[in-house]
Amino acid sequence: MKRFILKTAALAFVVASIFNSCTKKLDLQPTNDVTAAIAYSTPLGYKQNLGKVYGAFALTGNYGPGSGDIAGIDAGTSDFFRLFWKAQELSTDEAVVAWGDPGIQDFHLMNWGPTNPMLQGLYYRSLYQISVANEFLRQSTDDKVASRGITGVDATNIKQYALEARFIRAYQYWVLMDLFGNPPFTTEADVVGVTIPKQTTRTELFNYIESELKAIETPMIAAKTNEYGRADKAASQALLARLYLNAKVYTGTARYNDAITYAKKVVDAGYTPISNYTQLMLADNHTNTSENIFTINFDGLKTQNWGGTTFLTHASIGGSMNAADYGVDGGWYGIRTTKSIVDLYGDLSTNQDKRAMFYNNGQNKEINDLTNFNDGFAVTRFKNKTKAGATGASLTWVDIDMPIFRIAEMYLIYAEGVTRGGTTGDIATATGYINILRTRAYGNVTGNIAPGQLTTDFILDERAKELMWEGFRRTDLIRYDKFTEGTYLWPWKGGAKDGTSVSAFRKLYPIPSSDLTSNPNLKQNTGY
Amino acid sequence: MNLKRLLIVILMPLFVLQANAQDKVVTGKVTNASGAPIAGATIKIKGGKSIGSTSADGSFSVKAPTNATIEIVSVGYSSGQMQVPANGVMNFSLQPTTDTLDEVVVIGYGTAKKKDLTGSIAVVSAKDFVKGQFTTPEQLISGKVAGVSITPNGGAPGSGSTIRIRGGASLNASNDPLIVIDGVPIDNNGISGSANALSLINPNDIESFNVLKDASAAAIYGSRASNGVIIITTKRGVGGKAKFNFSSMTSVYTPSGKIDVLSAAQFRNFVNANGKPSDIALMGTANTDWQNEIYRTAIGSDNNISMSGAIFGKVPFRASLGYLNQQGILRGGRLQRTSAAIVISPKFFNNHLKVDFNIKGAVTENQFANEGAIGAAVGFDPTKPVQSGNNRFGGYWEWLDPQSTTGLKSLAPINPVGLLNQRDDRSHVERSIGNVQFDYKFHFLPELRAVLNLGYDISKGGGTVVINDSAAQSYKRFKDVNNRFHGGVNNAYRQTNQNTLMDFYFNYAKNTSFGNIDLTAGYSYQAFKTTNFNFSDNTFNGTKINSPVFPFDIPENRLIGFYSRLQYSYKGKYLLTATVRRDGSSRFSQDNRWGTFPSVAVGWRIKDEFFKNTKAINDLKLRFGYGVTGNQDGIPLYLYQPTYNLGSNQSQYQFGNTFYNIYAPAGYNSALRWEQTEMLNAGIDFALFNNRVTGTVEYYERKTKDLLNAANQPAGSNFTNIIIANVGNLINKGVELTLNLAMVSKKDFTWDLGFNINYNKNEITNLTLSPDPTYVGNTFGGFSGGTGQTILINSVGHPRGAFYTYKQIYDEKTGKPIDGLFEDINRDGTINSGDLYKYKQVDPVVFMGINSNFTYKKWNGGFVMRANVGNYLYNNVRSGSGTVRNIINPIGVLRNGSTEVLESGLSGNGEKYYLSDYWVQNASFLRMDNINIGYNVGKVFNNKANLRLSANVQNVFVITKYKGLDPEISGGIDNNLYVRPRVFVFGIGLDF
Repeated sequence: MKRFILKTAALAFVVASIFNSCTKKLDLQPTNDVTAAIAYSTPLGYKQNLGKVYGAFALTGNYGPGSGDIAGIDAGTSDFFRLFWKAQELSTDEAVVAWGDPGIQDFHLMNWGPTNPMLQGLYYRSLYQISVANEFLRQSTDDKVASRGITGVDATNIKQYALEARFIRAYQYWVLMDLFGNPPFTTEADVVGVTIPKQTTRTELFNYIESELKAIETPMIAAKTNEYGRADKAASQALLARLYLNAKVYTGTARYNDAITYAKKVVDAGYTPISNYTQLMLADNHTNTSENIFTINFDGLKTQNWGGTTFLTHASIGGSMNAADYGVDGGWYGIRTTKSIVDLYGDLSTNQDKRAMFYNNGQNKEINDLTNFNDGFAVTRFKNKTKAGATGASLTWVDIDMPIFRIAEMYLIYAEGVTRGGTTGDIATATGYINILRTRAYGNVTGNIAPGQLTTDFILDERAKELMWEGFRRTDLIRYDKFTEGTYLWPWKGGAKDGTSVSAFRKLYPIPSSDLTSNPNLKQNTGY
Repeated sequence: MNLKRLLIVILMPLFVLQANAQDKVVTGKVTNASGAPIAGATIKIKGGKSIGSTSADGSFSVKAPTNATIEIVSVGYSSGQMQVPANGVMNFSLQPTTDTLDEVVVIGYGTAKKKDLTGSIAVVSAKDFVKGQFTTPEQLISGKVAGVSITPNGGAPGSGSTIRIRGGASLNASNDPLIVIDGVPIDNNGISGSANALSLINPNDIESFNVLKDASAAAIYGSRASNGVIIITTKRGVGGKAKFNFSSMTSVYTPSGKIDVLSAAQFRNFVNANGKPSDIALMGTANTDWQNEIYRTAIGSDNNISMSGAIFGKVPFRASLGYLNQQGILRGGRLQRTSAAIVISPKFFNNHLKVDFNIKGAVTENQFANEGAIGAAVGFDPTKPVQSGNNRFGGYWEWLDPQSTTGLKSLAPINPVGLLNQRDDRSHVERSIGNVQFDYKFHFLPELRAVLNLGYDISKGGGTVVINDSAAQSYKRFKDVNNRFHGGVNNAYRQTNQNTLMDFYFNYAKNTSFGNIDLTAGYSYQAFKTTNFNFSDNTFNGTKINSPVFPFDIPENRLIGFYSRLQYSYKGKYLLTATVRRDGSSRFSQDNRWGTFPSVAVGWRIKDEFFKNTKAINDLKLRFGYGVTGNQDGIPLYLYQPTYNLGSNQSQYQFGNTFYNIYAPAGYNSALRWEQTEMLNAGIDFALFNNRVTGTVEYYERKTKDLLNAANQPAGSNFTNIIIANVGNLINKGVELTLNLAMVSKKDFTWDLGFNINYNKNEITNLTLSPDPTYVGNTFGGFSGGTGQTILINSVGHPRGAFYTYKQIYDEKTGKPIDGLFEDINRDGTINSGDLYKYKQVDPVVFMGINSNFTYKKWNGGFVMRANVGNYLYNNVRSGSGTVRNIINPIGVLRNGSTEVLESGLSGNGEKYYLSDYWVQNASFLRMDNINIGYNVGKVFNNKANLRLSANVQNVFVITKYKGLDPEISGGIDNNLYVRPRVFVFGIGLDF
């Protein structure tokens, strides 16, 4: 028996030591995915990571148009601009949609709730891009860059990248502040997967965005000198101008002087409108660098998704429209506009303003049925064709880049700042700016206005024409107290065919229920 | 085919058998008490080795020493013994054992006598298998075991089944049971180019299925046992004279039904009545039944030959070869499988070392029919012909738009016959599973054994998808840099799996005066490694549309387990089993990697306590068990680690003039750990009236905690908003009853009736980290039609997979649903997502199996029926196609649809109608799965062989209220199921 015990013990020892070495075999690494140390090991690696900080705008995921960064929403509808556009445009007189995707009709009927999947998608998309920017900043500290042996020009470039990541983050916080008011707040100081973000207030967030933008304004690359697709000093100034224009809505305190000052800074950086308004949203609009300050870049072959300008182009097509005219393989029979916008141009048969880009053959101006594509005029702004008339690289995914800031907006901010009593600008310059836009729109000076005609209300209509479907309308209507109020109605506003007012709490979107459940620090916005 | 040739080379020498010089030829017949032959009974020299076995008619012919005592052993019978008589003729009549209590049952890492079992283990051996032609093995026990539901995934050849034991214990981790074939746990994940992992196992090679249902039985498999374990044991050689078995089955497969869509005449009436003139103008003059065009009557044959005997007269072996050739009822589909298996079981050192050597291999050639044609056939306009009469698009009629680049109308449906005929998808898959087991009984201590089991499961699959560039389904799909269009597809795929296993354990078994002890302790290592090769996407002419960034990906995971088990019985009446297993998984971080899974079970054989002399009671046993098992299968492999992934070439971002592949940080959860299920099981086994009535009643509870569940993350806290995390609790409670009745047991006539039923109640008790009564739940279950919409929800207080719907309002007079009218459940004046409510459930509450067998002289027959009660389905075929809007489509095409449109006439407008509870339909059913009849012809070919004939019908009929094609669909959503065929099978079997 003793011998047996001894033998067994010896055997057990041998076996145990084999087992011990085996347990290390449980440490496995993926084949192609890498750690931060590898992803950020070279200057190129930093740039590829910066690519995601920006790319989170344009792409739904990292693996082609079917992939999604955001879970719980159809990947194809989960890109930033498509969701932002729905929240900013479908809720207004500028746009209606025929589809029945869950929650999509809530926008125009103005009865959205905290479980609306598209609002949820937008909220998570913005916070996702903020998280990616935070991660980039964590990896881009001087210590980290130095520890990876990156020095000289490469290190300097990475400093610039980091400033741009802060810009992207500030932009997305602006989106959250504008739409949701009081979102959760997280920076690079937080620990991934551990820190549960605290809720911020609209005022706190305003101050944060302002301080961030001011901090990066000076060190950012000078206007018009950065690579195409990357933000420069003018982008940060343009966002400040937009922020100040709406400051009264955000904080209760008007900042028109600052809005004028910052709009002027951008104008003075040398941006000028391109000569033809109808060429703003074309497949080769990356050449519009004199006008566009900052764009989200799409490409039919290399930057594919089902949102962004691909959505805006396809979804605009239906009825008797010929998709080939718009450089794509088919229409999605989705989005149209209301007569409130069409009527801004008066009689279309005599209208000279080229910004009236409507398709009315077989389309009814009146909307009896929101889900019928033929009700409401179609909009022809987005074409996957070059200025020379060639079709984009793909008939499915379009090449059109989406301007987030372009000079026209700066002119309009300047002018509105002045009409609202700002003293850092003057009415003559303001009128001059507006007339630049109107001269382009009419092709001559017949549409120009005199300084006396420049009123605050005039600018709202001018914005509707100039910035149609670019994602401004909800913010503008709120600033003009026309979004929820009964003073301005449009077809199907609030769910009534002729329009009706809705409760004022709808000036903010609700915090999604899914986040209220998972983050105990959050409180719902009033009214929801 | 190389494997086939190889196997023939390996097998050939074995057919040349050495006959050892024995003293006497002994012949005879083994029958049961009623005179029926007992096939497959082992013939042994008493106390020695096996020398042969009986053939199907119970006869045997062996050589034995003159004065030897022959012993006949057969499962279910007490052994018979007799000294070899002078004339060498010996006939045995075996008595049934006091049931099958001495039967040896394979449990994890060892065996146990059935009477000593304390856990819930169901055994189905070959004689009880469902009879018929089955391509995948799990069908052999469908409806046979209480608590095991086997739902076929569809009618395609070789498509598998969704197996659930007692309802499944998880939400987002796997709910599949662990399947162990001859000691090798197999990979459930399958391989590219094969419909299902199990389809590569030849059902004819299987000896028995043992289903381990409760913790006490399954906990020895710890890490993968939460959803139960199915142990498949294949047939082994028994030694003795070489015996051959040949079987051949020919099957005819017919579609068991069609989806009810409008006929061409109905369609015309409908469009004329409801369409605008422009819609009416779109109609053609043909009368096409598109479902008839895509389905066919298919045939198949399944041929198997096996041989068992002894190499050199000493080493038992069995070898088999099978060839299956099955057409699919969807035109163009086909499965050809060549399978081979060989088992050699030599013994060395005076039987101290037993070696068991197993290799199974299969080569499959698949042609996959394009299942997209099924939905297309439902939706395609019946007034259009199949052929257009011109050459464009391969001659198939398509919706055209002269203005479009492709010439095809955008978003219009594609000709179903074209979808089918213009796509060629074929694969070649090879798989081999094998193991070698060394079982050494120590010379100095025979009670102690050391067992080493080395196993592998290797497969290799690949294939090609080719679509001609004239096909509408991918016409001009790519424009190159020169603005030239290219269409069609010419793509490849390839994958290999390499899974390896090493098991080592000691077993110490001794009968002492203070009881019988059986102690096992061991170690298990399993590695799963897959290599996925990435290929470019090409058009038909080979133009690259895009290329992969990485040439391949090798996902891997590993499991290590340490286990021990004590089986103890005292006086054969008091039984105890205790196990503990400690498992490590590569899916978790070092801190959370290890989980400990204990179990304990006790049994009390009341029969021996109180009813020792009561003849009416043959057995009565009480069992009680409790244990904990783990689950980690089915979740991502590296989720605990922070990683960055490099995006594909379609997801680049442009800076300046350069496009960059971009790095994205992936969401991770470093706190990920084992999902744990506590199981409690109480059961009574009984056998009464001379074993005429046998059965088991069991009650169980399974409480799963730390559910691996897709949980919302606080926005901004991670790189994903939903991640698999350990959140939530789920309870399954249920009762099972198994009852077997020997209704008639006479010499020429026997009739057995078996019945099993399971009642399972499933409830989610928590889904959030901190209690939150306002939390609605996790929605899932996307369906066709509503982009991004879901119809199912996991919600606290409800069963897993409840439907989440609007409450339809009906017209009181006609009983029809009122278009677009739903109840304002929260009474807030508007109908929005706040009015969705939880309705019914996907899983059945009760499911049962009824089976019966009879023998009458040379005839035998039987049937298997199954029923599910309380399961509901979302009828997506009706919701998606049975509306006015679908048929008269606003985009300017006509589509056909379900006859639903004639019944309810819903418009299909708006977004909410898809989520109406009207589409959630009761899918309870009773299905006659199988009716079979057989005739034993007896001796043929000069008494050299025994011939059996059989015929059966599979999927005979279904009784249900469900309005769709088939009520039995796993997952709760009925959308264009590949209709299950009704199968007529004719078979012959020959033993020689």
